[in-house]
Amino acid sequence: MKILLVDDEEELVSALAERLSFRDIDADYATGGAEALDKVREKDYDLAVLDVKMPKIGGIKLKKEIKKIQPGMRFIFLTGHGSEEDFKAGSKESAAYLVKPVKIEDLISKMREALES
Amino acid sequence: MEKDWEKLAFEGLAFFGRMSASVSHEIKNVMAVINENAGLVEDLALLADRGAALDPERLKRTAAAIQKQIRRGDGIVKNMNAFAHSVDEPVRRVSLDETLGLMVALSQRFAATRCVTLSAGEPAGVSVVTNPYFLENCIHLCLAFALDSAGSGKAITAVAESEEDGGRIRFSGIEAPTGPFPSQTALEVARAIDARLEFNQTGKTLVIILPAKIQG
Repeated sequence: MKILLVDDEEELVSALAERLSFRDIDADYATGGAEALDKVREKDYDLAVLDVKMPKIGGIKLKKEIKKIQPGMRFIFLTGHGSEEDFKAGSKESAAYLVKPVKIEDLISKMREALES
Repeated sequence: MEKDWEKLAFEGLAFFGRMSASVSHEIKNVMAVINENAGLVEDLALLADRGAALDPERLKRTAAAIQKQIRRGDGIVKNMNAFAHSVDEPVRRVSLDETLGLMVALSQRFAATRCVTLSAGEPAGVSVVTNPYFLENCIHLCLAFALDSAGSGKAITAVAESEEDGGRIRFSGIEAPTGPFPSQTALEVARAIDARLEFNQTGKTLVIILPAKIQG
């Protein structure tokens, strides 16, 4: 499983990537949309975990840009909000949606579900 | 001109809601970073139980990351507490430097999502007698307009200055106004503190002009 984590909180994504690697999941991270798109151009990923609200380009818009490069990728959205509006946005994007802070087991379970769907 | 207290009550509550939502989002981010780094320590301990070497430097870095987030969270909560206490007294002497500093601090996430650098200028030592909450509301509305109108990668500077009979707060760096200003809401809030709003499109500045003492 090759995962790309994208969040502007570097100390969050770097720790999460390391924790996933301990569970034999190949996880890279980016702290913004431009860096994420560079990584997607360079390497094939199965799934991206995207923060909904980030400077310059938010997760929902970033998903559309990533899809242009790797149409087969799956997505999970992460947010600090958890509002009704966010859940609707996540559902509309046909992606799982998790509210921070997340349990790593829940995230991995959602990743597997997303990849099996 | 008459103050429309019904509209002000609605806007005042909406302002409190916006600030609370922004602060809770920030706190969620802080907790998420702490959560992952605490989880990382747990993972490292489990790996050590299974015989892996435990790198003290790795542990120190993770502890430092957690401590940094605790300081960040403490700052956010302190600012929110100061903001919450601004409704304690309807009228009192207010330091424009402190009020501006607080609003600039509370608006950093809003600025970051627009890729705008937001800073407060040098303190001027100016104070006025006013309603602290509606002053904050007025600054917030001006900041929101300024940040939306700055343009990505640009900077907004807000500075308190003394006025002949009162004080003023000047926002500079408004490169591309997103629309006319002030809005009806901003006018209403400014009126609540007997303030005037002056937007100079050529000079790319917006100014709140405050009397030394609010009327009534």
